[in-house]
Amino acid sequence: MDLTLLSEAFIALFLVISGIFGLVGSFGLVKLRETMQRLHAPTKATTLGVGGVLIASMLYFLLVKGSLSFHELLITLFLFLTAPITAGFIAKTYMLHRVSREDLPSTGRDYGWALYDAAPGKEDDGNDQP
Amino acid sequence: MIAAALTFAFACYGLALLFNLWRIMRGPTSADRILALDTMVINIIALLILYGILRGTAVYYEAAMLVAMVGFVSTIAYSRFVLRGDIIE
Repeated sequence: MDLTLLSEAFIALFLVISGIFGLVGSFGLVKLRETMQRLHAPTKATTLGVGGVLIASMLYFLLVKGSLSFHELLITLFLFLTAPITAGFIAKTYMLHRVSREDLPSTGRDYGWALYDAAPGKEDDGNDQP
Repeated sequence: MIAAALTFAFACYGLALLFNLWRIMRGPTSADRILALDTMVINIIALLILYGILRGTAVYYEAAMLVAMVGFVSTIAYSRFVLRGDIIE
């Protein structure tokens, strides 16, 4: 089989898969009912979709253009590092408005939930109360 | 073959952006809006990379990297603002 055709099919496969992943991630944002459920779809599926696009781009420039580039890996690494941090912050934002302090289970430690109490070793100045 | 797959991926991410816009307008809580904006930034990164493949140039990686960084910082800033009423303490 022709090698050019094979590499083109490989790149096209990655592009189609990543497009479907991106679409599923954003469709979950519309379809799911609760905010905490909606947090699942974009943070996982969309990040995977962008990873697929970046792999397809890397393969395209390697196989078709004949130049190797590592920029894509950098972007993928950055996105995979920042996605959980963003999700944690958004969950905290949701908890502040919709979950009351009494409903949360005990942490079982000397310090309470980070959302309401100051960090260990830091004075609670009372500014973090909503 | 690549051209057809590129068109398909462009259509998917364009539709995804429309879904995000709907959630930004609709979203009952501010957490929903922050989440939709963050997803929008990630979809725009994917569109930029796809446009780079379409044009056959490597210029758009830098743009995508910058958009990724600005998007991350703005999402954190928006969340901090809602959480604390203050971005830099």
